[in-house]
Amino acid sequence: MTGKLSEKVLKGDTVATARVLRLIDDGLPEAREIMKKLYPHTGKAHIIGVTGAPGAGKSTLVTKLIGLYRRDNLKVGIIAVDPTSPFTGGAILGDRIRMQDHGTDPEVFIRSVATRGHLGGLSKSAWEMAKVLDAMGKDKIIVETVGVGQDEVEIIGLAHTSVVMLVPGLGDDIQAIKAGILEIADIFVVNKADRPETNRMVRDLEVLLEMAGLKEREWTPPIIKTIATRGKGIEEIREAIENHHEYLKRSGKLEEKIKAQREKELQNIIMEMLREKIFSRIDKEKMDKLIEDIASNHKDPYSIAEEILSSILN
Amino acid sequence: MGEEKVRILVAKPGLDGHDRGAKIIARALKEAGFEVIYTGLHQTPEQIVNAAIQEDVDAIGLSILSGAHNTLMPAIIKLLKERGIDDIVVFGGGIIPDDDIPFLKSQGVAAIFTPGTPISETIEWVKKNVKPRHKRK
Repeated sequence: MTGKLSEKVLKGDTVATARVLRLIDDGLPEAREIMKKLYPHTGKAHIIGVTGAPGAGKSTLVTKLIGLYRRDNLKVGIIAVDPTSPFTGGAILGDRIRMQDHGTDPEVFIRSVATRGHLGGLSKSAWEMAKVLDAMGKDKIIVETVGVGQDEVEIIGLAHTSVVMLVPGLGDDIQAIKAGILEIADIFVVNKADRPETNRMVRDLEVLLEMAGLKEREWTPPIIKTIATRGKGIEEIREAIENHHEYLKRSGKLEEKIKAQREKELQNIIMEMLREKIFSRIDKEKMDKLIEDIASNHKDPYSIAEEILSSILN
Repeated sequence: MGEEKVRILVAKPGLDGHDRGAKIIARALKEAGFEVIYTGLHQTPEQIVNAAIQEDVDAIGLSILSGAHNTLMPAIIKLLKERGIDDIVVFGGGIIPDDDIPFLKSQGVAAIFTPGTPISETIEWVKKNVKPRHKRK
């Protein structure tokens, strides 16, 4: 079963790929066996991250980019992340609404993903999902994060090129000086650029880049003004994304990035396997008793954790 | 460390522009803990089936107020079958005369909820009848 699925993914089969993404998202054991087979076929796609505040225009930008890539006959995969309700565990995933122009194009694969409690702007599964779309033969993979605020920056680990979208008129200029998502941008997009505060925002960003010393680096993040709904400025973004990709390749930074990603992946996989191993060996009844002990203040959780780990690891 | 979620596509095929009902159902399903993929207005059967496949959903909920249900619902089920899929539960709601329900069911629609049905009834039905496809068999 897993062998068949992975073969189909490598041939670009949509139904099989959709199922594999599901197995990954649900954390089922078959997923790992499939990933083993797919992994050697990954590493070819250019992964682009699109992040920004809710309503900044991320999905609209993504759909316009898909259009440009398809014009050049590139195959495109999209992972669009939306938040899971912390109260009910449910989610409404609505990024597809704005991507329906490409709803019947067989070379465009769009998958909506819920965060399922994962912080950082992505779902835990997004990393492996991007790998699967890579293995199925997509040239460009666009990962759209949830609407983020200031600190959800996990996308830089996953994407080769990160696009940060801003809109004029949200908060004062101090918001832009804070650490966080502004530091991760390879490309800035100031969307809804028909608003009056646009030029001031662009000037503020330029000053900020200068102060942060970003202008002296080899790659200075360009600031691109767009009106995404009207398609204005999208060509420039696409060009900036290509320029950045070229720069990464030329400078050796792409290799560095990929190496850092592999390291992170390996760490994650080890941690995940270790977690499973440990919890599968702890007896449920014993665990309940220990929790009772903690709850009644007879023992502290630190000592108990040390006991459990030393009994398992030795 | 599996966490299996039921995924449901809520879609509005056809030409009518009233998506309040669809949005209410989408929201109620979210509140009930489902992952809802919402695709918006004016969807063609092809778009709906493509989205259902790419999103690997377990069910499709269709809202139709235009009167075209006897065409649109069977068209969607037929397209699913053509793509080799017979295990996505298709249910629907909207302004659908009682007389049309037997025909729709004979075409493979699992349930029809007509105006006046309490939302809770629909949600209970979904909970009972829709399970993750990769866990059925």
